[in-house]
Amino acid sequence: MYVAVKGGEKAIDNAHAWLAEERRGDTDVDELSIAQIREQLSLAVNRVMAEGSLYDPDLAALAIKQARGDLIEAIFLIRAYRTTLPRFGYSNPVDTGTMRCDRRISATFKDAPGGQVLGPTFDYTHRLLDFKLAADGDAPHAPVAAPRQEDTPHITEFLKGEDIIQDEVFSDDTPGDLTREPMAFPSNRPLRLQSLTRGDEGFVLGMAYSTQRGYARNHAFVGELRIGKVSVEMDIPELGFAIDIGEVELTECETVNQFQGSKTEPPQFTRGYGLVFGQSERKSIAMALVDRALRWEELGEDNLGAPAQDEEFVLSHADNIQATGFLEHIKLPHYVDFLSELELVRKLRREAEARMAPKEAAE
Amino acid sequence: MSAYNFAYLDEQTKRMIRRAILKGLAVPGYQVPFASREMPMPYGWGTGGVQVSAATLTPEDRLKVIDQGADDTTNAVSIRKFFENTAGVETTEDTSQATIIQTRHRIPEAKLTEDQILVYQVPIPEPLRFLEPRETETRKMHSLEEYGLMHVKLYEDISQHGAISTSYAYPVRVSGRYVMDPSPIPKFDNPKLEMDAIQLFGAGREQRIYAVPPHTKVVSLDFEDYPFEATKADHCCDLCGAEDSYLDEVIMDDAGNRMFVCSDTDYCRSRREAGHIGPMGAEDAA
Repeated sequence: MYVAVKGGEKAIDNAHAWLAEERRGDTDVDELSIAQIREQLSLAVNRVMAEGSLYDPDLAALAIKQARGDLIEAIFLIRAYRTTLPRFGYSNPVDTGTMRCDRRISATFKDAPGGQVLGPTFDYTHRLLDFKLAADGDAPHAPVAAPRQEDTPHITEFLKGEDIIQDEVFSDDTPGDLTREPMAFPSNRPLRLQSLTRGDEGFVLGMAYSTQRGYARNHAFVGELRIGKVSVEMDIPELGFAIDIGEVELTECETVNQFQGSKTEPPQFTRGYGLVFGQSERKSIAMALVDRALRWEELGEDNLGAPAQDEEFVLSHADNIQATGFLEHIKLPHYVDFLSELELVRKLRREAEARMAPKEAAE
Repeated sequence: MSAYNFAYLDEQTKRMIRRAILKGLAVPGYQVPFASREMPMPYGWGTGGVQVSAATLTPEDRLKVIDQGADDTTNAVSIRKFFENTAGVETTEDTSQATIIQTRHRIPEAKLTEDQILVYQVPIPEPLRFLEPRETETRKMHSLEEYGLMHVKLYEDISQHGAISTSYAYPVRVSGRYVMDPSPIPKFDNPKLEMDAIQLFGAGREQRIYAVPPHTKVVSLDFEDYPFEATKADHCCDLCGAEDSYLDEVIMDDAGNRMFVCSDTDYCRSRREAGHIGPMGAEDAA
């Protein structure tokens, strides 16, 4: 006698228990601490903060631990937590011109005020597995220089003097918030940038790469890439002035792009912009390239039909939490839909066979 | 879970969702954009339905959650637990006892009443999406009432297959105006869309809410010479003998023997309790 599948509740509880056990792994091996993840897997922590849209290294480290290292799952945990947090207000825009840079490079000028500062980069390492790390390593020490006291000016500011780079339109308007207003198309640049900065690193990278390979190529130079800490200030109405409420680490990338000129604009350089939480170079450069590709309309360029120029396509598919949810939901039960399809295909086959049968008999 | 507000969402968010629901009820079948929140379950798991339920629930409500018509499918269990934990509301499997029913892919067989709300989980709210991928275009088509493309699609089905080859998420026209996706319910359920209860549809990932008020005219799209037909497996339920319910086909052994059982588990249970017995139900001691 068939008994319909029961016990979904027990199955879920048991699955969760097994998951927790698998997460911990072999108990003879020491458990990871949140501090270890935060300090030693900091680039993973940065990615989770950036795509989770929440700057909190400890929470991001906790999410990575809970997610067994699955970063999209960790980002999801952070997003779901973030959505429950009350909003006290909005900070003032951060001033990246006052960033205390750990790293600051320009690919367009050999040297500039503020200098080229490599900082902690993989760029010139040889990608050889370091087997010494497999043994207990010593704590490495890097030489220390006196930190620069003055602000580091933006490279693009030097081009602005000549009027050879397009100036950004200044606006005091409060930008929209894509977490509070549903996305509508056509959108605008602040919303595009919000979407890209929390967008999936792999997706934004792929989109940017496609522009480099000729799908709406925009000839990007990294005008400047800077990584460092900036102060976050907030106006407190009771005080009547802004106070410093903390600092965040950011990666900012400004690209300088060739622009032939159009019917309305003389030849000039243009810009793409990337700004991401934490040390997230790949993401911020990719973001800047995609931002630039999406600006074709305001610059009077041709729509080449390239994916990276298509705002609705890019923004609708950049969010990995939306994407992974919808992709993975197809493993949920679909018996009802499948059965109705099954009935239909059976019916169509019966009808087709009935149509074909007399013909064969006649032959 | 006391750290969270009643039914998880904060009151501001619930107010925003309620405004979208009211707008949806005022313009039946129109997809109202809303600022969907990240929920603690993934997109695709019913985040739209969960947000609509959360905004609709009151502490006095009695909630039923079904997936594929059944109360005990894993995701139905998970969502029911979520509201037990975050709202502390009473839950039930009995369709007639529920004040709010959240569903995925089915409309219950039992007739719903004016005191009930049916909340659907919707994956793709746009009925025109697979004909036109762009939201900018489809919104224009809705505003101009330009549904020719849909009729061409149905016509092409008939010319190629001799029948309309849409068997679930079958498009309907609501109140003579908007073409609406009824969510992936089998077309067997389409005639039930005209009902006494309020029907709310939530699509979390796509940030849309829409609604069908009670007693609203809902017509499944068709042609005069190819009228809409609500189909199901040509069989009765092997457990309760029902001829009028949508059936799940279950493969029972390696030889491929099958049986058919009601997809609506509560309907099947109540019929068996009332003494109805299907061809294979006689030995059922439980």
